[in-house]
Amino acid sequence: MAKITYIEHDGTEHALDIKPGLTVMEGAVKNNVPGIDADCGGACACATCHVYVDEAWLDKTGDKSAMEESMLDFAENVEPNSRLSCQIKVSDALDGLIVRLPESQH
Amino acid sequence: MSAVTNQNACVVIVGAGHAGGSAAAFLRQYGHEGRIVLIGDEPLLPYQRPPLSKAWLKGEADADSLSLKPAEWYAENNVMLRLEGVAGRINRSAKTVTLASGEVIPYDILILATGARARELPIPGSDLAGVLALRTAADAELLKHALGPGKRLAVIGGGYVGLEAAASARALGSHATVIERESRVLARVACETLSLFFQDYHGRHGVAFELNAGVAVFEGVNGHVTGVRLSDGRVIACDVVLVGVGAVPNDELAKDAGLDTANGVVVDLEARTADPSIFAIGDVTHRPLPLYERQFRLESVPNALEQAKQAASAILGRPGPTPEVPWFWSDQYDLKLQIAGLPFEADRQVVRGDVAAAKFAVFHLKGNLLQAVEAVNAPPEFMAGKQLIAKRTPVSAEKLADPSVSMKEVAT
Repeated sequence: MAKITYIEHDGTEHALDIKPGLTVMEGAVKNNVPGIDADCGGACACATCHVYVDEAWLDKTGDKSAMEESMLDFAENVEPNSRLSCQIKVSDALDGLIVRLPESQH
Repeated sequence: MSAVTNQNACVVIVGAGHAGGSAAAFLRQYGHEGRIVLIGDEPLLPYQRPPLSKAWLKGEADADSLSLKPAEWYAENNVMLRLEGVAGRINRSAKTVTLASGEVIPYDILILATGARARELPIPGSDLAGVLALRTAADAELLKHALGPGKRLAVIGGGYVGLEAAASARALGSHATVIERESRVLARVACETLSLFFQDYHGRHGVAFELNAGVAVFEGVNGHVTGVRLSDGRVIACDVVLVGVGAVPNDELAKDAGLDTANGVVVDLEARTADPSIFAIGDVTHRPLPLYERQFRLESVPNALEQAKQAASAILGRPGPTPEVPWFWSDQYDLKLQIAGLPFEADRQVVRGDVAAAKFAVFHLKGNLLQAVEAVNAPPEFMAGKQLIAKRTPVSAEKLADPSVSMKEVAT
Protein backbone atom coordinates (compact mmCIF):
# COMPACT_ATOMS: atom_id res chain seq x y z
CA MET A 1 0.00 0.00 0.00
CA ALA A 2 1.12 3.54 -0.71
CA LYS A 3 -0.06 6.45 1.42
CA ILE A 4 -1.47 9.19 -0.79
CA THR A 5 -2.77 12.47 0.52
CA TYR A 6 -5.42 14.23 -1.51
CA ILE A 7 -6.03 17.83 -0.45
CA GLU A 8 -9.30 19.39 -1.57
CA HIS A 9 -9.39 23.00 -2.73
CA ASP A 10 -10.85 24.05 0.64
CA GLY A 11 -7.96 22.38 2.49
CA THR A 12 -9.74 19.18 3.56
CA GLU A 13 -7.19 16.36 3.61
CA HIS A 14 -7.80 12.72 2.73
CA ALA A 15 -4.81 10.52 3.62
CA LEU A 16 -5.53 7.12 2.07
CA ASP A 17 -3.77 3.80 1.56
CA ILE A 18 -3.90 3.01 -2.12
CA LYS A 19 -3.09 -0.33 -3.69
CA PRO A 20 -0.13 -0.20 -6.08
CA GLY A 21 -1.28 -0.75 -9.66
CA LEU A 22 -4.30 1.52 -9.35
CA THR A 23 -3.99 5.04 -10.68
CA VAL A 24 -4.04 8.09 -8.41
CA MET A 25 -7.45 8.87 -9.96
CA GLU A 26 -8.84 5.40 -9.15
CA GLY A 27 -7.57 5.73 -5.58
CA ALA A 28 -9.61 8.92 -5.20
CA VAL A 29 -12.77 7.70 -6.90
CA LYS A 30 -12.90 4.37 -5.07
CA ASN A 31 -12.65 6.27 -1.78
CA ASN A 32 -15.22 8.89 -2.82
CA VAL A 33 -12.82 11.84 -2.54
CA PRO A 34 -14.81 14.88 -3.71
CA GLY A 35 -13.34 16.90 -6.56
CA ILE A 36 -12.05 14.16 -8.85
CA ASP A 37 -14.83 13.41 -11.30
CA ALA A 38 -13.03 11.16 -13.80
CA ASP A 39 -15.94 11.08 -16.22
CA CYS A 40 -14.15 8.77 -18.67
CA GLY A 41 -12.93 6.27 -16.10
CA GLY A 42 -9.27 6.70 -16.97
CA ALA A 43 -9.22 6.77 -20.76
CA CYS A 44 -7.41 10.14 -20.83
CA ALA A 45 -10.44 11.47 -22.67
CA CYS A 46 -11.94 14.13 -20.44
CA ALA A 47 -9.47 16.01 -18.20
CA THR A 48 -11.80 15.83 -15.17
CA CYS A 49 -9.22 14.22 -12.87
CA HIS A 50 -6.85 17.19 -12.88
CA VAL A 51 -4.55 17.48 -9.83
CA TYR A 52 -1.52 19.53 -8.78
CA VAL A 53 1.38 17.28 -7.81
CA ASP A 54 3.33 18.48 -4.78
CA GLU A 55 6.63 19.92 -6.05
CA ALA A 56 8.68 17.40 -4.06
CA TRP A 57 7.06 14.53 -5.99
CA LEU A 58 7.27 15.84 -9.54
CA ASP A 59 10.30 13.71 -10.50
CA LYS A 60 8.80 10.51 -9.16
CA THR A 61 5.45 10.91 -10.90
CA GLY A 62 7.14 10.89 -14.31
CA ASP A 63 6.52 12.68 -17.58
CA LYS A 64 3.29 13.59 -19.30
CA SER A 65 2.44 11.85 -22.56
CA ALA A 66 1.67 14.02 -25.59
CA MET A 67 -2.01 13.06 -25.22
CA GLU A 68 -2.12 14.12 -21.56
CA GLU A 69 -0.26 17.33 -22.38
CA SER A 70 -2.75 18.34 -25.05
CA MET A 71 -5.76 17.50 -22.85
CA LEU A 72 -4.33 19.56 -19.98
CA ASP A 73 -3.65 22.43 -22.34
CA PHE A 74 -7.38 23.14 -22.36
CA ALA A 75 -8.22 22.42 -18.72
CA GLU A 76 -8.98 25.27 -16.30
CA ASN A 77 -6.32 26.77 -14.00
CA VAL A 78 -3.43 24.71 -15.30
CA GLU A 79 -0.06 25.08 -13.54
CA PRO A 80 3.36 23.60 -14.36
CA ASN A 81 2.71 20.84 -11.78
CA SER A 82 -0.71 19.96 -13.23
CA ARG A 83 -1.30 16.30 -14.11
CA LEU A 84 -4.22 14.10 -15.05
CA SER A 85 -4.33 11.71 -12.12
CA CYS A 86 -5.57 8.82 -14.31
CA GLN A 87 -2.15 8.84 -15.92
CA ILE A 88 -0.17 8.39 -12.66
CA LYS A 89 0.16 4.74 -11.60
CA VAL A 90 0.51 4.17 -7.87
CA SER A 91 3.63 2.26 -6.80
CA ASP A 92 5.62 1.86 -3.61
CA ALA A 93 7.87 4.63 -4.91
CA LEU A 94 4.92 7.02 -4.55
CA ASP A 95 4.34 6.20 -0.85
CA GLY A 96 3.81 9.64 0.73
CA LEU A 97 2.63 11.40 -2.45
CA ILE A 98 0.67 14.60 -1.96
CA VAL A 99 -1.70 15.97 -4.61
CA ARG A 100 -3.92 19.04 -4.42
CA LEU A 101 -7.24 19.37 -6.23
CA PRO A 102 -8.36 22.35 -8.32
CA GLU A 103 -11.47 24.32 -7.41
CA SER A 104 -13.44 22.73 -10.24
CA GLN A 105 -12.96 20.09 -12.93
CA HIS A 106 -15.35 21.67 -15.42
CA MET B 1 -42.86 12.95 15.75
CA SER B 2 -40.24 14.96 13.90
CA ALA B 3 -40.68 15.82 10.25
CA VAL B 4 -38.47 14.11 7.72
CA THR B 5 -35.96 16.59 6.33
CA ASN B 6 -34.25 15.76 3.08
CA GLN B 7 -30.93 15.27 4.80
CA ASN B 8 -32.26 12.29 6.71
CA ALA B 9 -34.82 11.16 4.15
CA CYS B 10 -34.81 7.53 3.09
CA VAL B 11 -33.58 7.46 -0.50
CA VAL B 12 -34.25 4.33 -2.52
CA ILE B 13 -32.33 3.96 -5.79
CA VAL B 14 -33.64 1.47 -8.35
CA GLY B 15 -30.80 0.46 -10.65
CA ALA B 16 -27.22 -0.14 -9.52
CA GLY B 17 -25.37 0.83 -12.67
CA HIS B 18 -23.06 3.78 -13.18
CA ALA B 19 -25.88 6.28 -12.56
CA GLY B 20 -27.40 4.60 -9.49
CA GLY B 21 -24.07 3.80 -7.87
CA SER B 22 -22.83 7.34 -8.45
CA ALA B 23 -26.03 8.85 -7.01
CA ALA B 24 -25.42 6.95 -3.74
CA ALA B 25 -21.82 8.17 -3.70
CA PHE B 26 -22.72 11.81 -4.40
CA LEU B 27 -25.46 11.76 -1.73
CA ARG B 28 -22.92 10.66 0.89
CA GLN B 29 -20.30 13.04 -0.50
CA TYR B 30 -22.77 15.92 -0.15
CA GLY B 31 -23.58 14.99 3.46
CA HIS B 32 -26.76 12.95 3.20
CA GLU B 33 -27.34 11.19 6.52
CA GLY B 34 -30.50 9.21 5.88
CA ARG B 35 -30.86 5.65 4.79
CA ILE B 36 -29.88 4.77 1.21
CA VAL B 37 -31.09 1.54 -0.39
CA LEU B 38 -29.55 0.56 -3.73
CA ILE B 39 -31.47 -2.05 -5.72
CA GLY B 40 -29.77 -3.71 -8.70
CA ASP B 41 -30.90 -6.66 -10.80
CA GLU B 42 -27.35 -7.87 -11.52
CA PRO B 43 -25.38 -9.87 -8.93
CA LEU B 44 -22.56 -7.29 -9.05
CA LEU B 45 -21.79 -4.07 -7.24
CA PRO B 46 -22.01 -0.99 -9.48
CA TYR B 47 -19.35 -1.12 -12.17
CA GLN B 48 -18.20 0.72 -15.27
CA ARG B 49 -19.66 -0.57 -18.52
CA PRO B 50 -17.51 1.24 -21.14
CA PRO B 51 -14.48 -1.08 -20.69
CA LEU B 52 -16.63 -4.18 -21.34
CA SER B 53 -16.24 -3.87 -25.13
CA LYS B 54 -12.62 -2.74 -24.87
CA ALA B 55 -10.11 -3.47 -22.06
CA TRP B 56 -12.31 -6.15 -20.46
CA LEU B 57 -12.73 -8.17 -23.68
CA LYS B 58 -9.00 -8.02 -24.28
CA GLY B 59 -8.30 -9.22 -20.73
CA GLU B 60 -6.71 -5.92 -19.69
CA ALA B 61 -9.15 -5.12 -16.85
CA ASP B 62 -10.38 -7.16 -13.89
CA ALA B 63 -13.55 -7.00 -11.79
CA ASP B 64 -11.82 -4.86 -9.16
CA SER B 65 -10.80 -2.21 -11.62
CA LEU B 66 -14.30 -2.16 -13.16
CA SER B 67 -16.14 -1.65 -9.88
CA LEU B 68 -17.07 1.93 -8.98
CA LYS B 69 -16.33 1.47 -5.26
CA PRO B 70 -14.83 -1.41 -3.30
CA ALA B 71 -17.30 -3.73 -1.54
CA GLU B 72 -16.49 -2.35 1.93
CA TRP B 73 -17.40 1.18 0.83
CA TYR B 74 -21.12 0.33 0.85
CA ALA B 75 -21.06 -1.01 4.42
CA GLU B 76 -18.83 1.82 5.67
CA ASN B 77 -21.19 4.36 4.15
CA ASN B 78 -24.37 2.68 5.23
CA VAL B 79 -25.61 2.02 1.71
CA MET B 80 -27.90 -1.00 1.88
CA LEU B 81 -27.62 -3.22 -1.16
CA ARG B 82 -30.35 -5.33 -2.71
CA LEU B 83 -28.42 -7.05 -5.49
CA GLU B 84 -30.29 -9.44 -7.80
CA GLY B 85 -33.32 -7.44 -6.73
CA VAL B 86 -35.89 -6.72 -9.40
CA ALA B 87 -38.23 -3.82 -8.73
CA GLY B 88 -41.68 -4.93 -9.85
CA ARG B 89 -43.92 -2.05 -8.89
CA ILE B 90 -43.96 1.47 -7.49
CA ASN B 91 -46.83 2.55 -5.28
CA ARG B 92 -46.65 6.33 -5.42
CA SER B 93 -49.34 7.06 -2.85
CA ALA B 94 -47.91 4.66 -0.27
CA LYS B 95 -44.34 5.58 -1.37
CA THR B 96 -43.11 2.02 -1.63
CA VAL B 97 -41.25 -0.13 -4.10
CA THR B 98 -42.20 -3.80 -4.26
CA LEU B 99 -39.53 -6.23 -5.40
CA ALA B 100 -40.25 -9.38 -7.39
CA SER B 101 -39.28 -11.28 -4.23
CA GLY B 102 -42.26 -9.69 -2.47
CA GLU B 103 -40.18 -7.39 -0.27
CA VAL B 104 -41.76 -3.96 0.14
CA ILE B 105 -39.28 -1.09 0.53
CA PRO B 106 -40.60 2.29 1.69
CA TYR B 107 -39.05 5.51 0.38
CA ASP B 108 -39.21 9.21 1.04
CA ILE B 109 -37.37 9.86 -2.20
CA LEU B 110 -37.05 7.46 -5.11
CA ILE B 111 -34.36 7.62 -7.80
CA LEU B 112 -34.96 5.57 -10.94
CA ALA B 113 -31.70 4.56 -12.58
CA THR B 114 -32.92 1.53 -14.49
CA GLY B 115 -30.80 2.19 -17.58
CA ALA B 116 -31.38 0.69 -20.98
CA ARG B 117 -31.28 -2.81 -22.40
CA ALA B 118 -29.89 -4.13 -25.66
CA ARG B 119 -32.48 -4.04 -28.43
CA GLU B 120 -33.34 -7.53 -29.63
CA LEU B 121 -33.67 -8.65 -33.24
CA PRO B 122 -37.01 -10.37 -33.70
CA ILE B 123 -35.77 -12.93 -36.22
CA PRO B 124 -35.63 -16.73 -36.17
CA GLY B 125 -32.63 -18.17 -34.36
CA SER B 126 -32.25 -15.31 -31.86
CA ASP B 127 -32.49 -17.83 -29.04
CA LEU B 128 -29.57 -19.97 -30.30
CA ALA B 129 -26.56 -20.31 -28.02
CA GLY B 130 -23.80 -18.00 -29.24
CA VAL B 131 -26.17 -15.17 -30.21
CA LEU B 132 -25.10 -12.55 -27.71
CA ALA B 133 -25.69 -8.95 -26.72
CA LEU B 134 -23.19 -6.72 -24.92
CA ARG B 135 -24.60 -4.71 -22.09
CA THR B 136 -23.63 -6.39 -18.82
CA ALA B 137 -20.50 -7.96 -17.37
CA ALA B 138 -22.19 -11.35 -17.77
CA ASP B 139 -22.70 -10.63 -21.50
CA ALA B 140 -19.06 -9.58 -21.82
CA GLU B 141 -17.90 -12.73 -20.08
CA LEU B 142 -19.81 -14.91 -22.56
CA LEU B 143 -18.40 -12.97 -25.50
CA LYS B 144 -14.86 -13.11 -24.12
CA HIS B 145 -15.05 -16.91 -23.82
CA ALA B 146 -16.39 -17.21 -27.35
CA LEU B 147 -13.53 -15.19 -28.87
CA GLY B 148 -9.93 -16.24 -29.39
CA PRO B 149 -7.52 -17.15 -32.18
CA GLY B 150 -9.32 -18.31 -35.31
CA LYS B 151 -12.85 -17.79 -33.99
CA ARG B 152 -15.30 -16.06 -36.32
CA LEU B 153 -17.38 -13.18 -34.91
CA ALA B 154 -20.35 -11.76 -36.80
CA VAL B 155 -21.45 -8.37 -35.53
CA ILE B 156 -24.97 -7.25 -36.35
CA GLY B 157 -25.02 -3.46 -36.37
CA GLY B 158 -22.16 -1.07 -37.10
CA GLY B 159 -22.55 1.12 -34.04
CA TYR B 160 -19.94 1.90 -31.39
CA VAL B 161 -20.43 -1.28 -29.38
CA GLY B 162 -20.16 -3.42 -32.50
CA LEU B 163 -17.10 -1.64 -33.86
CA GLU B 164 -15.32 -1.70 -30.49
CA ALA B 165 -16.05 -5.42 -30.14
CA ALA B 166 -14.78 -6.03 -33.69
CA ALA B 167 -11.54 -4.20 -32.89
CA SER B 168 -11.13 -6.20 -29.66
CA ALA B 169 -11.87 -9.45 -31.52
CA ARG B 170 -9.14 -8.67 -34.05
CA ALA B 171 -6.72 -7.97 -31.19
CA LEU B 172 -7.55 -11.45 -29.86
CA GLY B 173 -6.83 -13.08 -33.22
CA SER B 174 -10.48 -13.64 -34.16
CA HIS B 175 -12.08 -12.91 -37.53
CA ALA B 176 -14.78 -10.24 -37.52
CA THR B 177 -17.53 -9.37 -40.00
CA VAL B 178 -19.74 -6.35 -39.37
CA ILE B 179 -23.21 -6.57 -40.92
CA GLU B 180 -24.96 -3.22 -41.25
CA ARG B 181 -28.42 -2.40 -42.61
CA GLU B 182 -27.47 1.13 -43.68
CA SER B 183 -24.99 2.08 -46.40
CA ARG B 184 -22.35 3.04 -43.83
CA VAL B 185 -21.38 2.20 -40.25
CA LEU B 186 -22.23 4.66 -37.43
CA ALA B 187 -24.99 5.94 -39.71
CA ARG B 188 -27.17 7.25 -36.89
CA VAL B 189 -24.41 8.60 -34.64
CA ALA B 190 -21.64 10.06 -36.79
CA CYS B 191 -21.10 12.00 -40.00
CA GLU B 192 -20.18 10.36 -43.29
CA THR B 193 -16.52 11.43 -43.14
CA LEU B 194 -16.14 9.64 -39.82
CA SER B 195 -18.07 6.57 -40.99
CA LEU B 196 -15.91 6.13 -44.08
CA PHE B 197 -12.76 6.70 -42.06
CA PHE B 198 -13.71 4.02 -39.51
CA GLN B 199 -14.75 1.53 -42.21
CA ASP B 200 -11.42 2.01 -43.93
CA TYR B 201 -9.42 1.74 -40.70
CA HIS B 202 -11.24 -1.42 -39.61
CA GLY B 203 -10.85 -2.83 -43.12
CA ARG B 204 -7.11 -2.33 -42.92
CA HIS B 205 -7.16 -4.23 -39.62
CA GLY B 206 -8.87 -7.17 -41.26
CA VAL B 207 -12.53 -6.52 -40.41
CA ALA B 208 -14.95 -7.44 -43.21
CA PHE B 209 -18.11 -5.43 -43.85
CA GLU B 210 -21.51 -6.30 -45.30
CA LEU B 211 -23.27 -2.96 -45.84
CA ASN B 212 -26.87 -2.43 -46.99
CA ALA B 213 -27.39 -5.92 -45.64
CA GLY B 214 -30.52 -7.18 -43.92
CA VAL B 215 -30.37 -10.13 -41.57
CA ALA B 216 -33.00 -12.84 -42.18
CA VAL B 217 -32.16 -15.76 -39.91
CA PHE B 218 -29.55 -16.98 -37.47
CA GLU B 219 -28.71 -20.53 -38.54
CA GLY B 220 -27.64 -23.14 -36.06
CA VAL B 221 -26.71 -26.75 -35.47
CA ASN B 222 -27.53 -28.55 -32.22
CA GLY B 223 -28.79 -25.33 -30.68
CA HIS B 224 -25.64 -23.30 -31.39
CA VAL B 225 -25.32 -20.56 -33.97
CA THR B 226 -23.29 -21.43 -37.10
CA GLY B 227 -24.10 -18.57 -39.43
CA VAL B 228 -26.06 -15.45 -40.29
CA ARG B 229 -28.30 -15.69 -43.34
CA LEU B 230 -28.67 -12.31 -45.03
CA SER B 231 -31.81 -11.11 -46.81
CA ASP B 232 -30.16 -11.81 -50.17
CA GLY B 233 -29.71 -15.47 -49.20
CA ARG B 234 -25.98 -15.47 -48.58
CA VAL B 235 -24.76 -17.00 -45.32
CA ILE B 236 -21.94 -15.52 -43.23
CA ALA B 237 -20.48 -18.47 -41.32
CA CYS B 238 -19.56 -17.71 -37.72
CA ASP B 239 -18.93 -19.17 -34.25
CA VAL B 240 -20.52 -16.31 -32.36
CA VAL B 241 -22.88 -13.40 -33.11
CA LEU B 242 -22.94 -10.07 -31.34
CA VAL B 243 -26.20 -8.18 -31.81
CA GLY B 244 -25.45 -4.49 -31.36
CA VAL B 245 -28.45 -2.67 -32.77
CA GLY B 246 -29.01 -0.07 -30.11
CA ALA B 247 -30.65 0.07 -26.72
CA VAL B 248 -34.15 0.71 -25.41
CA PRO B 249 -34.79 2.50 -22.11
CA ASN B 250 -36.06 0.44 -19.17
CA ASP B 251 -38.87 2.90 -18.53
CA GLU B 252 -41.72 0.43 -17.99
CA LEU B 253 -41.55 0.67 -14.18
CA ALA B 254 -42.04 4.44 -14.40
CA LYS B 255 -44.72 4.17 -17.05
CA ASP B 256 -46.69 1.63 -15.00
CA ALA B 257 -46.53 4.07 -12.09
CA GLY B 258 -48.17 6.75 -14.24
CA LEU B 259 -45.06 8.87 -14.81
CA ASP B 260 -44.53 10.60 -18.17
CA THR B 261 -42.40 8.63 -20.59
CA ALA B 262 -41.37 9.44 -24.15
CA ASN B 263 -38.48 7.21 -25.20
CA GLY B 264 -37.39 7.41 -21.56
CA VAL B 265 -38.64 8.91 -18.32
CA VAL B 266 -39.28 12.63 -18.72
CA VAL B 267 -37.29 14.70 -16.21
CA ASP B 268 -36.32 18.33 -15.66
CA LEU B 269 -32.88 19.87 -15.09
CA GLU B 270 -32.89 18.63 -11.50
CA ALA B 271 -33.48 15.11 -12.88
CA ARG B 272 -36.91 15.23 -11.21
CA THR B 273 -40.05 13.71 -12.70
CA ALA B 274 -43.48 15.31 -12.41
CA ASP B 275 -43.75 13.52 -9.03
CA PRO B 276 -41.63 15.68 -6.67
CA SER B 277 -40.55 12.58 -4.73
CA ILE B 278 -39.27 10.71 -7.77
CA PHE B 279 -36.10 11.40 -9.74
CA ALA B 280 -34.75 9.57 -12.77
CA ILE B 281 -31.15 9.57 -13.98
CA GLY B 282 -28.92 8.08 -16.67
CA ASP B 283 -29.72 6.17 -19.87
CA VAL B 284 -33.40 5.77 -18.91
CA THR B 285 -34.21 9.48 -19.01
CA HIS B 286 -35.58 11.83 -21.61
CA ARG B 287 -33.90 14.98 -20.35
CA PRO B 288 -33.58 18.66 -21.20
CA LEU B 289 -30.50 19.75 -23.13
CA PRO B 290 -30.46 23.48 -22.32
CA LEU B 291 -27.72 24.27 -24.85
CA TYR B 292 -29.89 22.94 -27.63
CA GLU B 293 -33.29 23.89 -26.17
CA ARG B 294 -34.78 20.42 -26.51
CA GLN B 295 -35.43 17.13 -24.69
CA PHE B 296 -33.33 14.13 -25.65
CA ARG B 297 -32.22 10.73 -24.40
CA LEU B 298 -28.47 10.32 -23.96
CA GLU B 299 -26.57 7.09 -23.38
CA SER B 300 -23.27 7.98 -21.80
CA VAL B 301 -21.32 7.91 -18.56
CA PRO B 302 -20.90 11.71 -18.42
CA ASN B 303 -24.69 12.01 -18.66
CA ALA B 304 -25.17 9.46 -15.87
CA LEU B 305 -22.74 11.36 -13.63
CA GLU B 306 -24.23 14.76 -14.44
CA GLN B 307 -27.76 13.63 -13.61
CA ALA B 308 -26.60 11.79 -10.49
CA LYS B 309 -25.15 15.12 -9.34
CA GLN B 310 -28.33 16.99 -10.33
CA ALA B 311 -30.51 14.64 -8.29
CA ALA B 312 -28.21 14.49 -5.26
CA SER B 313 -27.89 18.30 -5.30
CA ALA B 314 -31.64 18.82 -5.55
CA ILE B 315 -32.33 16.35 -2.74
CA LEU B 316 -29.92 18.14 -0.42
CA GLY B 317 -30.81 21.68 -1.49
CA ARG B 318 -27.42 22.43 -3.00
CA PRO B 319 -26.96 24.41 -6.21
CA GLY B 320 -26.97 22.02 -9.16
CA PRO B 321 -23.92 21.38 -11.36
CA THR B 322 -23.24 23.65 -14.35
CA PRO B 323 -24.98 22.15 -17.41
CA GLU B 324 -22.51 20.15 -19.44
CA VAL B 325 -21.98 19.75 -23.14
CA PRO B 326 -22.91 16.12 -23.85
CA TRP B 327 -19.85 14.15 -24.82
CA PHE B 328 -18.81 10.64 -25.80
CA TRP B 329 -15.65 8.70 -26.46
CA SER B 330 -14.60 5.47 -28.08
CA ASP B 331 -11.25 3.63 -28.26
CA GLN B 332 -10.60 1.35 -31.23
CA TYR B 333 -7.09 0.10 -32.11
CA ASP B 334 -4.84 3.13 -31.57
CA LEU B 335 -7.67 5.55 -32.31
CA LYS B 336 -9.10 7.87 -29.70
CA LEU B 337 -12.44 9.21 -30.82
CA GLN B 338 -13.89 12.05 -28.76
CA ILE B 339 -17.20 13.67 -29.60
CA ALA B 340 -18.62 16.80 -27.99
CA GLY B 341 -22.11 18.08 -28.58
CA LEU B 342 -24.82 16.86 -30.93
CA PRO B 343 -25.16 18.13 -34.52
CA PHE B 344 -28.80 19.26 -34.24
CA GLU B 345 -29.82 21.33 -37.29
CA ALA B 346 -26.19 21.65 -38.38
CA ASP B 347 -25.95 23.02 -41.92
CA ARG B 348 -22.20 23.01 -42.50
CA GLN B 349 -19.29 20.67 -41.84
CA VAL B 350 -15.68 21.78 -41.51
CA VAL B 351 -12.85 19.25 -41.58
CA ARG B 352 -9.61 20.17 -39.87
CA GLY B 353 -6.46 18.08 -40.03
CA ASP B 354 -5.56 15.04 -42.08
CA VAL B 355 -8.09 12.21 -42.39
CA ALA B 356 -5.56 9.93 -44.13
CA ALA B 357 -3.12 10.41 -41.23
CA ALA B 358 -5.85 9.47 -38.69
CA LYS B 359 -5.58 12.84 -36.97
CA PHE B 360 -8.49 15.11 -37.72
CA ALA B 361 -11.71 16.66 -36.52
CA VAL B 362 -15.07 17.35 -38.12
CA PHE B 363 -16.87 20.44 -36.84
CA HIS B 364 -20.63 20.80 -37.27
CA LEU B 365 -21.96 24.34 -37.49
CA LYS B 366 -25.45 25.75 -37.47
CA GLY B 367 -24.92 29.15 -39.05
CA ASN B 368 -21.90 30.40 -37.14
CA LEU B 369 -22.61 28.44 -33.95
CA LEU B 370 -20.67 25.27 -33.22
CA GLN B 371 -23.08 22.42 -32.46
CA ALA B 372 -20.72 19.43 -32.32
CA VAL B 373 -17.19 18.22 -32.96
CA GLU B 374 -16.00 14.71 -33.77
CA ALA B 375 -12.27 14.40 -33.09
CA VAL B 376 -10.00 11.47 -33.98
CA ASN B 377 -6.64 11.54 -32.19
CA ALA B 378 -7.18 15.29 -31.88
CA PRO B 379 -7.61 16.26 -28.19
CA PRO B 380 -7.12 20.03 -28.72
CA GLU B 381 -9.93 20.10 -31.28
CA PHE B 382 -12.16 18.14 -28.89
CA MET B 383 -11.36 20.21 -25.80
CA ALA B 384 -11.54 23.61 -27.53
CA GLY B 385 -14.61 22.51 -29.48
CA LYS B 386 -16.39 21.48 -26.29
CA GLN B 387 -15.68 24.91 -24.79
CA LEU B 388 -16.89 26.68 -27.94
CA ILE B 389 -20.11 24.68 -27.95
CA ALA B 390 -20.75 25.67 -24.34
CA LYS B 391 -20.08 29.37 -25.01
CA ARG B 392 -22.63 29.70 -27.85
CA THR B 393 -20.62 32.55 -29.39
CA PRO B 394 -20.02 32.87 -33.15
CA VAL B 395 -17.14 30.83 -34.56
CA SER B 396 -15.16 31.45 -37.74
CA ALA B 397 -15.40 28.43 -40.04
CA GLU B 398 -12.33 29.67 -41.93
CA LYS B 399 -10.21 29.65 -38.77
CA LEU B 400 -11.54 26.23 -37.78
CA ALA B 401 -10.49 24.82 -41.14
CA ASP B 402 -7.00 26.36 -40.99
CA PRO B 403 -4.55 24.17 -39.03
CA SER B 404 -2.05 27.06 -38.91
CA VAL B 405 -4.46 28.83 -36.53
CA SER B 406 -4.15 27.04 -33.18
CA MET B 407 -7.28 25.79 -31.43
CA LYS B 408 -6.36 28.09 -28.52
CA GLU B 409 -6.65 31.02 -30.88
CA VAL B 410 -9.89 29.76 -32.42
CA ALA B 411 -11.40 29.32 -28.95
CA THR B 412 -10.65 32.85 -27.74
